[in-house]
Amino acid sequence: MSTPKPDPGNERETVIEVRNLEISYGSFVLLRDLNFQIRRGDIFIIMGGSGCGKSTLMKQMIGLKRPAGGKVLYGDVSFWDVEPSRQEQLKRRFGILFQSGALWSSMTLAENVALPLEQYTDLTPAQIRELVSFKLALVGLGGFEDFYPSELSGGMKKRAGLARAMALDPDFLFFDEPSAGLDPISARLLDDLIIELSESLDTTVVVVTHDLASIFAIGTHSIFLDPEEKTMTAAGNPKQILAESGNEKVVRFLTRGKGRKQE
Amino acid sequence: MHQEHSDTAHFEEAAVQFIPVAPDRLILKFSGNWVAGGNLPDDDEALQDLVRTKPPPRIAFATEDLGSWDSGFLVFLARIVDLCNGSGTPVDLSGLPEGVRKLLDLASPDKQRTGVTREKSSPGFLVRVADATLDLFHGFQEMLAFIGDATLSFLKLLRGKAEFRRSDLSQALQETGAQALPIVSLISLLVGMILAFVAAIQLKLFGVQIYVADVVGIGVVRVMGAIMTGIIMAGRTGAAFAAQLGMMQVNEEIDALESLGIPPMDFLVLPRMLALMLMMPMLCIYSDLMGILGGMIVGVGMLDLGVAEYYYQTLKAVTLTYFWIGLFHSFVFGILVALAGCLRGLQCERNAAAVGFAATSAVVTGIVSIVVATAVITLLCQVLGI
Repeated sequence: MSTPKPDPGNERETVIEVRNLEISYGSFVLLRDLNFQIRRGDIFIIMGGSGCGKSTLMKQMIGLKRPAGGKVLYGDVSFWDVEPSRQEQLKRRFGILFQSGALWSSMTLAENVALPLEQYTDLTPAQIRELVSFKLALVGLGGFEDFYPSELSGGMKKRAGLARAMALDPDFLFFDEPSAGLDPISARLLDDLIIELSESLDTTVVVVTHDLASIFAIGTHSIFLDPEEKTMTAAGNPKQILAESGNEKVVRFLTRGKGRKQE
Repeated sequence: MHQEHSDTAHFEEAAVQFIPVAPDRLILKFSGNWVAGGNLPDDDEALQDLVRTKPPPRIAFATEDLGSWDSGFLVFLARIVDLCNGSGTPVDLSGLPEGVRKLLDLASPDKQRTGVTREKSSPGFLVRVADATLDLFHGFQEMLAFIGDATLSFLKLLRGKAEFRRSDLSQALQETGAQALPIVSLISLLVGMILAFVAAIQLKLFGVQIYVADVVGIGVVRVMGAIMTGIIMAGRTGAAFAAQLGMMQVNEEIDALESLGIPPMDFLVLPRMLALMLMMPMLCIYSDLMGILGGMIVGVGMLDLGVAEYYYQTLKAVTLTYFWIGLFHSFVFGILVALAGCLRGLQCERNAAAVGFAATSAVVTGIVSIVVATAVITLLCQVLGI
């Protein structure tokens, strides 16, 4: 894993930029003034306590929920300001792993992974079958093509969801709480998989999580959302934040409430 | 202020004694088993008196004789502590068992999360009326938007641009068609028989039993067959659609579709709507036949009419116009039931209770819209003179 250099002199280009984003439910503003940049190849962590709006932030980034204000830029295209057809084009570059896996329960794993390919490519059925088998093998589910989601364990569902997210070779992979509901070993294996895939496919990864082990294991850059301050209160490499941040709440979060001194 | 609370002070029975040890010091001595659901002393008044005493005594506890205890004991103590805190009476918890002290501490007000408790608000009558009106208005707006979207999707389908899986359509066809036959048979047959019974009693008075065939034939073919299948399908299929889509909403499956740029309207709603649009008229024809058969059973069995006689009388009475009107009804009902089911399913919130609510609401919406549509079509036929 390349060591992160959060300084502005970083040579990698910015691929996602969030500007002055605002998250609100009705008239209640949860977060505002969110500003951050994600560079190519980053594993970018959005962290914060339960209910801090991190999943909503991700939904706004992937086009599922229109933000109350602000911009999400992919390159120099502002997602929420372009026409729907351009949005659809952008969406094709996203791969998303939802919290529960969100596999379509009426379809087999193979059909789940094949659907995006059928939808957006001109590949023949034979080619699609081959690709699907390969993607499933990538996540360690080779041979499970004809299983239905209900026949899988939680960890396997997430892996299958990941295979589907990678079906179109996305430029951006988004993960919503990847380790939620997994035992420590499965969670660790999924973390390893995320790192390997991001390195070998040169994919930019955005992860929403509050799992400390994951945050330190995979994160190259991160932001911390604090609903009490109504904005993000820290940004940078998680280890660096832990070592240097002056914000007590962030440090308490990163040390399971113990604070830095007791470490 | 010494009070003995149980005269038959059996050791096992929960009891509390108020022992003043000094003018400004009071010990509460607990004995027996303090278990929730057991016979616990109810000392509200004594406790109220206690904290009203001026100056308030310092309160301590003695628990040497305390047997077993559970949450019942804790709730009682919490009440005392609350009362004392409210009146500024000092309490000394040191006489309590350690476990009790720790649990009381965990539940104490300063250990609760702040800033998250929701304030109970009871808005005034006008506010509630306004809110309900706005909700109704938004609901209506959403429904119109949904119908508009569904229409656009359907037009897209006609131009060959909407995409869904053929297997979804064939499954929906099977669910809404063949699998519905048994219940449609039963209900239509019975409705046909009931119509015949009711008509027979009246017509017999005039000696024109044969017109039972007309009543049943026209009634069933023109409107009853369509309404019966419509209501059956609203309960059977509309609810199923809502539950399926609602569950997909809960599982984020719909988000997954949208994030891929696949419109749920095309992918999920169209196959279901198409299936009902195709199968409902078929079921309606079948239901017509079963209804006529039911009428015939009563006519032949009870009124001594001949089978051929009844058959020809029905043929004479039921014109092709009635048949088309019935079919048109059922076609409209098919669309309405599918729309109601899919709308409520897609509106579903993300929890299990909401799925149940979506199914209920789909059936209610379906049946109401069927009845309203029947009224409208009947009125139109009247105006057009059909």
